Amino acid sequence: MSLLLNILQVVPMQYYLMVSAALFSIGVLGVLFRRNAITIFMCVEIMLNSINLLLVAFSTYHNDSNGQVFVFFVMAVAAAEVAVGLAILVTIFRNIRSVDIDDLKALKN
Amino acid sequence: MTGLYILILSPLVGFLINGLLGKKLPKAVSGALSSVAILVPFFIALNFFLGFNSGTQVKIDQDVYQWISIGEFNIGFGLLLDQLSSLWLIIITGIGFLIHLYSVSYMHDDEAFSKFFAYLNLFVFFMLVLVLGNNLLITFIGWEGVGLCSYLLIGFWYKNGAYNDAANKAFIMNRIGDLGFLIGIFMIMFYFKTLHFGALKEALGSVHVSHGLIIAITMCLFIGVTGKSAQLPLYTWLPDAMAGPTPVSALIHAATMVTAGIYLISRTDFLFLQAPETMTVIAVIGAATALFAATIGVLQNDIKKVLAYSTVSQLGLMFLALGVGAFSTGVFHVLTHAFFKACLFLGAGSVIHALHGEQDIRNMGGLQKNMPITFLTFLISSIAIAGVPPFSGFFSKDEILAAVFEHNKVLWAVASLASLLTAFYMFRLVFLTFYGNFRGTEDQKHHLHESPWQITVPLTVLALFAAIAGVMGLPEIVSHHHWLKSFLSPVLTPNPHAGHAIGNSEEWMLIGIATTLALGAISYAFVKYISKKELPAAEGTLTGFSNLVYQKYKIDELYSFIIVQPLQRLSVTAYSLFDKVIVDGGVEGVAIAVMSIGKRVRTIQTGNIGYYLLMMVLGIASILAYVFLK
Repeated sequence: MSLLLNILQVVPMQYYLMVSAALFSIGVLGVLFRRNAITIFMCVEIMLNSINLLLVAFSTYHNDSNGQVFVFFVMAVAAAEVAVGLAILVTIFRNIRSVDIDDLKALKN
Repeated sequence: MTGLYILILSPLVGFLINGLLGKKLPKAVSGALSSVAILVPFFIALNFFLGFNSGTQVKIDQDVYQWISIGEFNIGFGLLLDQLSSLWLIIITGIGFLIHLYSVSYMHDDEAFSKFFAYLNLFVFFMLVLVLGNNLLITFIGWEGVGLCSYLLIGFWYKNGAYNDAANKAFIMNRIGDLGFLIGIFMIMFYFKTLHFGALKEALGSVHVSHGLIIAITMCLFIGVTGKSAQLPLYTWLPDAMAGPTPVSALIHAATMVTAGIYLISRTDFLFLQAPETMTVIAVIGAATALFAATIGVLQNDIKKVLAYSTVSQLGLMFLALGVGAFSTGVFHVLTHAFFKACLFLGAGSVIHALHGEQDIRNMGGLQKNMPITFLTFLISSIAIAGVPPFSGFFSKDEILAAVFEHNKVLWAVASLASLLTAFYMFRLVFLTFYGNFRGTEDQKHHLHESPWQITVPLTVLALFAAIAGVMGLPEIVSHHHWLKSFLSPVLTPNPHAGHAIGNSEEWMLIGIATTLALGAISYAFVKYISKKELPAAEGTLTGFSNLVYQKYKIDELYSFIIVQPLQRLSVTAYSLFDKVIVDGGVEGVAIAVMSIGKRVRTIQTGNIGYYLLMMVLGIASILAYVFLK
């Protein structure tokens, strides 16, 4: 464990932050500009994982395992969300033969 | 006490049965039922009355149950039976029964027969509540109840719009007065902490209140009285109230309800005696009303209108008597007036019935041959109201005049003039209706007939009492015992302001003057309408002052001009300005604003998820920016 900690601490904190921010931005931009619902889904996952990365990094540097516990929660919830979300997408595809979000305008009118 | 319960509840039971089951009952049953519902109380009332007279009956003043209880303040639902209320009970139930009997025949062809009797019974019930209440609130309940029944019965033939207007007028006019009454009650409640008549009388001695307050309270009560008893300036509803069926006019608008004001003042005489200023106002208003209404009566051509103005005038005389502190005299005139005026109204009803609804005396005449009983009873009552000795009206009117004479000579002159006019217009009515030749249509002439026994029996009984009721109060010069005065002495407060009794010679002089005036007026009417065979002027031919009097001094128009029309204009202005512009503008303005904002905002909702997400991200980013950069 202490070995792992040491390895992790080889990389300075700001790199973790940068990677995490980059990942999060990629996720946000993907969500905003892609039209395929599955891609958007994956971008959401990227955003979640960028946060996970941050949590793990901070927990290592602060010697506090709470952050890692929280990561497990996030992963579990994300998995559940993916299951439900994909199921919905499948149903939508069966109905309108498309997963393009521009075609999903049933909320209006 | 049981007797009292039966007495007061019997008309209510009659009302409930007639009101709920009336349509299913045959007319004979319905009429008999409600008549019996008044006859039973009459015998009980008679029993009470005779008991009081012989001294065996004691005063009953008892709360049936505790009604309103607020802290220290209690109002019981209580009954009070004493000499004063027993007299009214006799009048209400006795004359009430005769009029019920009369109505059985009079209303026989009316489709709402049972409804009529239901209302009449309800009226009698409320009238009994009024005179039997032991505190002002119960009296007020009865007061409002009789007002309601009056309204219902004036507008009984509700399909006629004018009759409905008359009913509304009566109700609204009374409402003005009732407000005064109510304020008076509130003031008494606030300052004396009781509404019970007996307790109030005691409280008046112990609670210290200013003289001005007593004047204010009595004036408020008197305002209530002017409404109910048709005095200036609230009298105009009573002549219009003649729209109701004639028995109603006789019972409610001559014999009982309109005398409720006299009852109230006599009941609270201890209060009024503390306020001589109010008493003066009452006397002046009474005298003014007596003369004013009498002058109008002289020129009216509708047989019931003449009697209505006569009633207003006679009520004025009663208030004049009360105003000079002669309470028992006022009550005396209530009693005699109830007999002869009820008889006159019923007689008029009999005539109207025989002529199939004709009410204009210009189209009558010569009826004495065809309707001897109606004629005779009408004549007796007219002599009584004119004040010719030894008929009842003479004694009560003479007593009023004597009481006023020792108080104020001007008021006496006014009252004498009113009596003179009374004698004139009553005999004008008699001569035009019953003498000369018949002036109606051939068809009416063909059907002229005396009315059936249900009508003639009440007429006869009432005429009998109209003739002899004067023995209740023989003047001092004839008899040393004034029965009514001594009968009422346990109830009425002796007047501390009363002057010396007038001497014998003066009394004889007053009697002489009154009798001469009455006989003179009758002779003048005889010369005018029998010897010269004059007829009242046709519509629209009167000019000048007589036209003004014929138009009832245009008082209705005056009220319409100074009260009704400004009020209507105010309503119209308030409607168009306040309601239409401010209220509607405000409410609709809000709605319009919301709608137009909504119209613009709804374009944001594109339904495009990408757009929503962008907005969400921008929102979160701006919140973060705000949090970190502030």
